[in-house]
Amino acid sequence: MDVVVLLLAIPLAGGAFLWAWGERDSAPEANCAFSFATLAAAAWLTAMVEQDGPILGFFEQFFVDSLNVFLVALTAFVGFTTSLFSRPYMRIERDHGRMTGPRLRLYHSMYQVFMFTMLLALTTNNLGILWVAMEAATLATVLLVSVYRTPAALEAAWKYFILCGVGIAQALFGTILLYFAAERVLGREGSALLWTHLDLVKGLLNPAILSLAFVFLLVGYGTKVGLVPLHNWLPDAHAEGPTPISAVLSGLLLNVALYSVIRCKVLADGALGSRFAGNMMMGFGLLSVVVAAFFLSRQRDIKRMFAYSSIEHMGLMTFAFGMGGPIANFAGLLHMTVHSLVKSAIFFAVGHAAQKAGTQVMEEIRGLLKVSPRVGWGLMIGSLAILGMPPFGVFASEFLILTTAMREHAWATPILLAALGVAFAAVFARVQPMVFGDTSHARLKHQPALAPVFIHLGIGLMLGLYIPPYLATWYAQAAKLLG
Amino acid sequence: MNALGGQIVNLFAAGLLLIAFAMLSQRRIVALINLFALQGLALVGSTATVAFVTGQHHLYYSAGITFALKVVVLPVILHRLIRRLNVKWDVETLINIPTLMLVGIVLVVFAFNLAIPISEFSQSMARGTLGIALACVLLSFLMMITRSKAVPQVIGFLAMENGLFFAATSATYGMPMVVELGIALDVLVGMVILGVFLFQIREQFDSLDIRHLESLKED
Repeated sequence: MDVVVLLLAIPLAGGAFLWAWGERDSAPEANCAFSFATLAAAAWLTAMVEQDGPILGFFEQFFVDSLNVFLVALTAFVGFTTSLFSRPYMRIERDHGRMTGPRLRLYHSMYQVFMFTMLLALTTNNLGILWVAMEAATLATVLLVSVYRTPAALEAAWKYFILCGVGIAQALFGTILLYFAAERVLGREGSALLWTHLDLVKGLLNPAILSLAFVFLLVGYGTKVGLVPLHNWLPDAHAEGPTPISAVLSGLLLNVALYSVIRCKVLADGALGSRFAGNMMMGFGLLSVVVAAFFLSRQRDIKRMFAYSSIEHMGLMTFAFGMGGPIANFAGLLHMTVHSLVKSAIFFAVGHAAQKAGTQVMEEIRGLLKVSPRVGWGLMIGSLAILGMPPFGVFASEFLILTTAMREHAWATPILLAALGVAFAAVFARVQPMVFGDTSHARLKHQPALAPVFIHLGIGLMLGLYIPPYLATWYAQAAKLLG
Repeated sequence: MNALGGQIVNLFAAGLLLIAFAMLSQRRIVALINLFALQGLALVGSTATVAFVTGQHHLYYSAGITFALKVVVLPVILHRLIRRLNVKWDVETLINIPTLMLVGIVLVVFAFNLAIPISEFSQSMARGTLGIALACVLLSFLMMITRSKAVPQVIGFLAMENGLFFAATSATYGMPMVVELGIALDVLVGMVILGVFLFQIREQFDSLDIRHLESLKED
């Protein structure tokens, strides 16, 4: 229980400290230190849950079970590696004059606050607090998206603010409806929004109210997941913000938003006793996969392209959780993990490539292997991994999702396969000349710090070849929780 | 007593809906902010009435927070903002106002229909309120869609929050206190960030017309 408080206190204190620490040169190192401390706390919490089972703490306000503990560990891990990547990357941005002292101060402080809101959303047991944390996550990142102050960045941030604000307002209405249904069963105590209490009485909740509540919750949190047709903010925010922020938006925020949806789905399933919630998620998921795959081939901006790839993968996960059942849920959770790791690794490599080329336009980025072999290989291997090439974890999870779809919803399989094929053709055709093409640029002088890229890709590869038994049981437990 | 209380809440609810329509048709930003403050006041009135009739004491705090935030602090911030940004001009809507009113009426009918199955289960005193709350949310949404300037969009956003709050207090007698505090904090922080943000936009474009912000799209 104390560990949960510690886990949340570290990034919150980090945010305050880095704001007070100001524009000093050591701020990036302090950022890494706080992120590392958060990771240590997350590891401790994970070990505790592994040993003693689910933890309920602080007047039942926090609840950690096998479903969210693995997301806590993943969030803290990607948060830490991204801070490692951002340390040299943002220094170079400052040397290029794109970042100034005050902007870096804002950046570091808000980075920690963002981590705090993510971890709060994951560990809270109160669906109202979950909403507050998701909204706070938008607020923490909106000024980071606009941090370069270019017209495009301001536009992206405005879109992000308004669309996610409106979306999340729908989720609040859904939460109110849920509370409305719950207080008739649980009474007007504060416990009527606690997930653990709701889970116990989910069969008694009024189905008519719950189905409407779930629609609002899915649309609301779905906006943050980036589900088509609510995805418009996502490519802009990813393309115009600083690269470390693109990495954490794609790798963490989308996951946490999807986590909120599936927590609500468990309640809706229990109350409705039908496949209504699952079917809605399958519909949105399938639409996202198809639309994103076709938009992929039309992109010129490299970060925009990978943002659309995120929409595609989030759609695939939503589809998997919509199908439900132990295998599809297992595959969805595995896909969540590998997508986070691989996509953030890609954004790290893309960041260095675009920084060196001085542009994000793909036609002008060429010959990465000659400029810097590490960046080139990082991008190539990352792209192959995200496209679902066999040895990597994405292949394993996509394979499981597709085979489950074949068995249970055969009509969806050709659509999914075609979309994945289109996505493969689009991304590979763009990445190949960028990596192997010819260039007049000189070789990169400094060695880019790309350890995080290869650590992430290494784990992604390992999960494709061999899932350690404790991790497998853990996923299986979480998948069972989802029903 | 209970019946009278229900009638009073219904009266405030009707006021809320009427103000939502007034905001939809209002062209002047200053008047828009005043209407927003008035809507906040109607919200405070209904919350206090519910608190008095049902004896839910935490609703008094909630009414207090709403009063401080939505009747005093946010309108003051908004008035200051438009004075410093010097944007008092009339705003034109993208669709003409009579059409907008008709669309608004359709939305209200839609909202009431959506809320019927739920209102039947309502044990709280005013049954129509959930429909009205949903109608307010949709009308604010419509207002956001049809304005091309940044400040009216923000006011529409805040008015949407008012509708949601009304749903929370009248249909469910208020959310748990910790959640209400969190929501209030989010709204306040969001407002401050928006203020910063509006200055950045104006600095960059010399205008707050968000039609400048239309370059990022798929072609």
